[in-house]
Amino acid sequence: MISMVLTLLRNPLVLAVIKMFVAIGVVMSAVPMLVWLERKLSARFQRRIGPNRVGPMGLLQSIADAIKLMWKEDFFPRNTDRLIFLAAPIMAFLPGIISFSLIPVGQAEGAEWLGPNGVMAVSYLEMGLLVMMAVSSLASYGLAFGGWASNSQYPLLGGIRSSAQLISYEIVMGMAVIALAMKSGTLNLSEIATQQQGWYLPHWNLFLQPLTFLLFLIAAFAETNRAPFDLPEAEQELVGGYHTEYTGMRYAWFMLGEYAGLWTMCSVIATLFLGGWTLPAAWMGWVGHFPWFVAALISFGIFIAKVVALVFFFMWVRWTLPRFRWDQLMKLGWTILIPLALANILITALLMEYGGLYVR
Amino acid sequence: MSVDMKKMDVHPPRPEMRPSRLSWITRIYIPMILKGMLISLREFMRKPVTIQYPEQKPKVSERFRGEHRLTKDAEGHMKCVACYMCATACPAHCINIEAQAAPPEWDGRDKIPSVFEIDMLKCIYCGYCVEACPKEAIEMTNKVPKVYQTRQEFIYGLNKLLNN
Repeated sequence: MISMVLTLLRNPLVLAVIKMFVAIGVVMSAVPMLVWLERKLSARFQRRIGPNRVGPMGLLQSIADAIKLMWKEDFFPRNTDRLIFLAAPIMAFLPGIISFSLIPVGQAEGAEWLGPNGVMAVSYLEMGLLVMMAVSSLASYGLAFGGWASNSQYPLLGGIRSSAQLISYEIVMGMAVIALAMKSGTLNLSEIATQQQGWYLPHWNLFLQPLTFLLFLIAAFAETNRAPFDLPEAEQELVGGYHTEYTGMRYAWFMLGEYAGLWTMCSVIATLFLGGWTLPAAWMGWVGHFPWFVAALISFGIFIAKVVALVFFFMWVRWTLPRFRWDQLMKLGWTILIPLALANILITALLMEYGGLYVR
Repeated sequence: MSVDMKKMDVHPPRPEMRPSRLSWITRIYIPMILKGMLISLREFMRKPVTIQYPEQKPKVSERFRGEHRLTKDAEGHMKCVACYMCATACPAHCINIEAQAAPPEWDGRDKIPSVFEIDMLKCIYCGYCVEACPKEAIEMTNKVPKVYQTRQEFIYGLNKLLNN
């Protein structure tokens, strides 16, 4: 029976379908947990208790909310562009899942059929980092379209803000990634992750390239539309921004999209800067003795732990910092971060050429 | 005699509300952000101050002005003599009193209330009725005002106030 399943798994098509379901499953099950975590953490940061009525510690709160949203009235504002109005929430949600499918979540050594070297990723691409950059910025189309199709002032402002913010901070993120790619010498996400394992502890890109990390982190905050850069949905000034006119399940899709984006962005940062599924010690030495599925579970666990730690950090920042003003956001992006990102590329290049710091 | 106008100006010069130029350490944000994050982390570590209200009652002070109570004397008769002082003092006009002759065996009073109603929805819990009362017949407990489903239930009658 088990051998039959294993033979079936070696069929690339079957494997691809299973991997797809796993990737979607991971994101879709992570999102309600993130919503719960956000509410719990925000409560604790404000010395409240947070949801604690539905299920143990309020864990089922997200499910209760989803059921409530499904029963809400399905409302269309007048004179909306129906097609775009309907497509926008899905467009905001899909990039999160698609870019998560590029991220290697673990390694099962000895299971070559899973992927090269047993790397567990839905799609193992040589230019994974590039594709990730391309796909993850698509989420902003969802917000812009949602804002446009609503035919209402606040959503339109939110959509415009989202586009402008994306244009500004995508450049910063791209330039940060350039420096990282120069240092790594590859765009393959799993290779970038494996490069960061090593005996001496701070082999992570976080310590080797602190400025790159900082730039990428700031851009990631802007990309995921989270405080202090949550201008597109600023509740206090835009009444929710791009999703003001959305109700029920379509609103829920926007929320899912936001948290899926957060989850994916944290996975990306974990892969690029915290060494992905690897530990600083050369862990393959002792994990390699385990059967492949144990190694897979351990590496996946390490990866998830890093991502959750990053999610906590994102939420910690959100509940600490006030929102930037619109002109401050633009000024920070164009006059500080972009020159800094250029300087970062230059510094990295000089260090590679003359410093001999990143020679492998 | 000439008056020096400058000396007449008694107000001290206003301090600037904020420095016109922030120091560079503030302007690069990062140290200040770290400082703020440490503060929020400290709050995160502390116990929540929220109480689970209907199950957990809040601790109120000794002098908390909650629901009213009509007091009784040593014989167990109500002290109230239906003098209308509380109803007159009440700024919210929430007290409704109707008087009747006191039973002859109750000494020291001519009247007692036959109806004594306080509309808890109108009451602003100011305590003026307690201050106005010459007989110390009304006082405030530290019971947190309750919630009911109909308006009628908010009107507390004589029995309820005596046993509150």
